[in-house]
Amino acid sequence: MSPPVPALTPEQKKELAAIAQRIVAPGKGILAADESTGGIAKRLSSVGAENTEENRRWYRQLLFTADSRVDPCIGGVILFHETLYQKADDGRPFPEVIRSKGALVGIKVGTARGRLGDIGDNKGTWRGLDGLMERCAQYKKDGADFAKWRCVLKITEHTPTRLAVMENANVLARYASICQQNGIVPIVEPEILPDGDHDLKHCQYVTEKVLAAVYKALSDHHVYLEGTLLKPNMVTRGHACSKKYSPEEIAMATVTALRRTVPPAVPGITFLSGGQSEEEASINLNAINRCPLPRPWALTFSYGRALQASALRAWAGKKDNTKVAQEEYVKRALV
Amino acid sequence: MTHQFPALSPEQKKALSDIAQRIVASGKGILAADESVGTMGNRLQRINVENTEENRRAFREILFSSDASINQSIGGVILFHETLYQKDSNGKPFPTLIKEKGIVVGIKLDKGTAPLAGTNGETTIQGLDGLAERCAQYKKDGADFGKWRAVLKITSTTPSQLAIQENANTLARYASICQQNGLVPIVEPEILPDGDHDLQRCQYVTEKVLAAVYKALNDHHVYLEGTLLKPNMVMAGHSCPKKYTAQDVAIATVTTLLRTVPAAVPGICFLSGGQSEEEASVNLNAMNQLSLPKPWKLTFSYGRALQASALAAWVGKNENRKAAQEAFRKRAQINSLACRGQYVVSGKTDTAATQSLFTASYTY
Repeated sequence: MSPPVPALTPEQKKELAAIAQRIVAPGKGILAADESTGGIAKRLSSVGAENTEENRRWYRQLLFTADSRVDPCIGGVILFHETLYQKADDGRPFPEVIRSKGALVGIKVGTARGRLGDIGDNKGTWRGLDGLMERCAQYKKDGADFAKWRCVLKITEHTPTRLAVMENANVLARYASICQQNGIVPIVEPEILPDGDHDLKHCQYVTEKVLAAVYKALSDHHVYLEGTLLKPNMVTRGHACSKKYSPEEIAMATVTALRRTVPPAVPGITFLSGGQSEEEASINLNAINRCPLPRPWALTFSYGRALQASALRAWAGKKDNTKVAQEEYVKRALV
Repeated sequence: MTHQFPALSPEQKKALSDIAQRIVASGKGILAADESVGTMGNRLQRINVENTEENRRAFREILFSSDASINQSIGGVILFHETLYQKDSNGKPFPTLIKEKGIVVGIKLDKGTAPLAGTNGETTIQGLDGLAERCAQYKKDGADFGKWRAVLKITSTTPSQLAIQENANTLARYASICQQNGLVPIVEPEILPDGDHDLQRCQYVTEKVLAAVYKALNDHHVYLEGTLLKPNMVMAGHSCPKKYTAQDVAIATVTTLLRTVPAAVPGICFLSGGQSEEEASVNLNAMNQLSLPKPWKLTFSYGRALQASALAAWVGKNENRKAAQEAFRKRAQINSLACRGQYVVSGKTDTAATQSLFTASYTY
């Protein structure tokens, strides 16, 4: 083994670690407001709003300008590319608005995923690594301090395959390495979808295998763990599973899986809500933080749907509903 | 990924986890008394004692017949095969003598190194053949944990990927087999202190090695809560001109562990690797005083660093029995305090305690 070539200077490490710590400071979590242009369409149409740039801007503004009650709850906001460059009514760029409330700005960088081996429009292999170095440098200049890349795995009889696990872990590690080179804290998101009829134990088993692969890849790529965050699924049953589990069972399975795979050097774990209802996501997170097993990392949220659903409904595309919608959002954040 | 086939039943898991917890219970560590016949010979030679079976037995008896209160400092003892089947002067088998004091008995399971062709003098470890049967027998004969020492060395070209992979894999196989037979595996990936590399280099290598070890353990479905880790501390090589403080060693070591060892592992029992008795205690103490979070117990599994003074006091003479036991008891207690970060270095230590116990390319 040749002598190491340090990937980061001590100053770079310090900055990354500080950013990560601020995002997951006690009581704080992440608002995932990074739905792509296509992804937000479903949300908007569900409340009868047209998917225009202005509606998208107005809706995000609603969230970012909620009153200061929400400030102690939100350590970071993840944005989609378009949103990073939009402005509030008063002309301030959204990053500035968010930072003025004490939160850090994050940017989604993984683009549309594709099936391994397919070639063609929207189905290619991983997009997003090409030119990522330059994009990160630009995002950092434009106000982003952290980033997010979501990999997706699915549980069926034959999946996730060893190849899928390995390939996704490797991509996440490359992304993380590039981010850190540009002063951006990478949130590593290896989501195992809740689709399927598998039980809790099976999800735990798969989650442990996936996370072990992720952290081996991060080590291989010399990623500085203290300057990263993990965004995993909670360990839950598949949506179509007939057996029901209590929040305590979910908490125990989740924390056990994490204790077996996530090095204590990782400062925080921000769970994705993965289709859970707002209330369910909060209850489960609460149970996780009350789990009797020792937990060396902060355990908090990075919720999209689970923070926004009520607000979205309340807004229903009507500008007059802004205050009501903001109230809903604040309520969820405080919970 | 096919549906999992559980490697262990819940009862098996509980039994393993309980054993591991007992060994590293607060303030306790391990006495590594598992020197092979040849290595014990080296120890005895240093005090001019002949390497006979009786002498080996006699010295071990001195240690194991210490007053029962030694169990406040010692949670486990690792034995060599020969020793597991020896008895004290009253005919009591050593395992019984040890277990009576509430101390867990362990057994060295590896069979030494074998060369890896095409590398710069690197090795893997033998001992997997028939290991399941051996473990089952040792469990019957009183052992509850096992130990397997893998060895890696730092030079400009080593450790190589192959050496790391191969040693991590054999460690994981050994651990899996142990657990199937009710033995808690102590996983020991030792990176030798030989060389002139600095602290940072050792830290880098240790991080890579431990990451590989825990990936392998995961691949082999090893139940982490029922294992212990026995790593080297992160230190500069023996011939490194730069000197580091106990604080430097502590920070580098704990940082490395935080980056690689999952919180599920109950305890980390450091090897002393040729440090003097005093150095090994001071460094362990510094680690336990650090304000960095430590989700696992940080304790000791010392051979040379627990026995040097006792050997020096004994020098093969039966009349020195009590003195030898007292020397051992003292070191054990000091290390117990070090486990809790409570060891206050007095400043005056005897010669044996500060003597370096380094042997080049240590095999045992």
